Amino acid sequence: MTIGPVSGSLLYLNGVSVSFDGFRAINNLSLVLEPGEMRAVIGPNGAGKTTMMDIITGKTRPNEGQVIFGAETDLTRLDEPAIAALGIGRKFQKPTVFEPLSVWDNVLLALAGDRRPRFSLWARETAEERDRIEEILGIIRLGELRTRQAAGLSHGQKQWLEIGMLLAQEPKLLLVDEPVAGMTDSETEQTAELLREINRTRSVVVVEHDMAFVRALGVKVTVLHEGSVLSEGSIDHVSCDPRVVEVYLGR
Amino acid sequence: MNRLSTTICVILVLGLASLMAILNLATDAGSALHVPTYAVSLVGKYLCYAILALALDLVWGYAGILSLGHAAFFALGGYAMGMYLMRQIGTRGVYGNAILPDFMVFLNYKDLPWYWHGFDNPAFALLMAVLVPGLLALVFGWLAFRSRVSGVYLSIITQALTYALLLAFFRNDMGFGGNNGMTDFKDMFGLPLQADATRAGLLVASAVMLCACLLVARFVVTSRFGKVLIAVRDTEARTRFLGYRPESYKLFVFVLSAIMAGIGGVLYVPQVGIINPGEFAPAGSIEAVIWVAVGGRGTLVGAILGAVLVNAGKTYLTGAFPELWLFALGFLFILVTLLLPKGVLGLLQRARS
Repeated sequence: MTIGPVSGSLLYLNGVSVSFDGFRAINNLSLVLEPGEMRAVIGPNGAGKTTMMDIITGKTRPNEGQVIFGAETDLTRLDEPAIAALGIGRKFQKPTVFEPLSVWDNVLLALAGDRRPRFSLWARETAEERDRIEEILGIIRLGELRTRQAAGLSHGQKQWLEIGMLLAQEPKLLLVDEPVAGMTDSETEQTAELLREINRTRSVVVVEHDMAFVRALGVKVTVLHEGSVLSEGSIDHVSCDPRVVEVYLGR
Repeated sequence: MNRLSTTICVILVLGLASLMAILNLATDAGSALHVPTYAVSLVGKYLCYAILALALDLVWGYAGILSLGHAAFFALGGYAMGMYLMRQIGTRGVYGNAILPDFMVFLNYKDLPWYWHGFDNPAFALLMAVLVPGLLALVFGWLAFRSRVSGVYLSIITQALTYALLLAFFRNDMGFGGNNGMTDFKDMFGLPLQADATRAGLLVASAVMLCACLLVARFVVTSRFGKVLIAVRDTEARTRFLGYRPESYKLFVFVLSAIMAGIGGVLYVPQVGIINPGEFAPAGSIEAVIWVAVGGRGTLVGAILGAVLVNAGKTYLTGAFPELWLFALGFLFILVTLLLPKGVLGLLQRARS
């Protein structure tokens, strides 16, 4: 059932399957993301949400199916750094920042630019880079903490720093894995605002457990179950879908 | 603080080495200020070990590559120097053969093996002393890092690397003097090796090379490259999703480190007067790890401090209580791991602030 890429889509997963030791983590998954879209992906534990991100970012290679980015780039042939260079950023479930480095340096290393050792060995901070870092620190509200070691940040601040690093990468598509896990209510609210802000210029896929947060985002929702799409639509639509109710309540 | 400790380290190393050299050459043996020549060479040896420790700290402290075979690169540099020194002996050897070193005459070699050609030229020998360890590190690192071998698995294969070289160099038909290695050196660059002036010169040369390596290492770790390296050390996956290729970063620093270790070996051999396969012994590389841990991992200056302190302790203990040394070394490692995670340098910095 190979159909060509949907014209104009930013990301197109077609019939993707992957198994680990006989366990089908992703099973004939298809998904289309429009440019500029924000999509929430929900589903019970083990539904394949993180594996889907692993496939898109090149960490896991699917056994079957296509993953097309933009017009015709096949992501299944590329590795993580190459996919990152194409403009796909990824935020991990657990905040993952460079702990021994300062907040400033964390953003500096994430800034879009030459990633080769021979460049970074001689690189000096340019005024342009400084302006860009200042701007990002403003967006993620960490301007005051620029010289602080990232290890000393609170959980929520680390989450924002990581989002800031993704912004610095200037991706076309941002994959965000459970951004509000472990956050306080006010942090959750600020994060929703931050993601909406980011979505003005970039496409975003958010994987989340927190239904209240997904509702607050107010975007199209894809429900995954056992590695495939169970339901898709607005949050009200999917939460009325009897199959979704069954999966969530019947567990 | 780091800049300060680097400056202090450079001043101390250059100052003390020059002072020792001057006191050795300018005073009489009877004078109270006289530094005996054996002490000059002993400290020179410590400084060569310090270069090895520095090289190891660069990969272990900053890139998280715990090499348990780093002495292999040191020994390869040493062998290249040894080959040059052997060729310089010429007809002064026991068998008086102008071309073949004594051990080859003894083993009935008819001609010089092809890989010995060129080693009578000091420039060529020095080039090989950095090229061979560098190339080995390049090939080994390329294979290991590209396959994402890391952590304890990487440590084990570095250990296997040095062990394999140990076994190879033990063989007589390898053409490197087998079990006995190379010794009885007479002169280098036309200077007699037994002369006090040559010894003092080698000490100062070791000090200068150590400081040069320290400054290069410091430049690397404080550059943006160094920040990426630290990021790779702690959170390799994240750097990949940011578009960095950790393997390129590791490979660069691994090769640089191997070259530094090779330089250490070059200066070591003329000062101790012998190179044999024992230098490849896995225990030697592990000892180097202990020097770095004692001094303070990931500080560069700490590695130098640790190498000098532990080796000075070794010289004293193996003289005074020979049977105690290995226990002392093991105890020291446990003590540092438990009580001084940042080593002696960390202790000094804490005392200061």
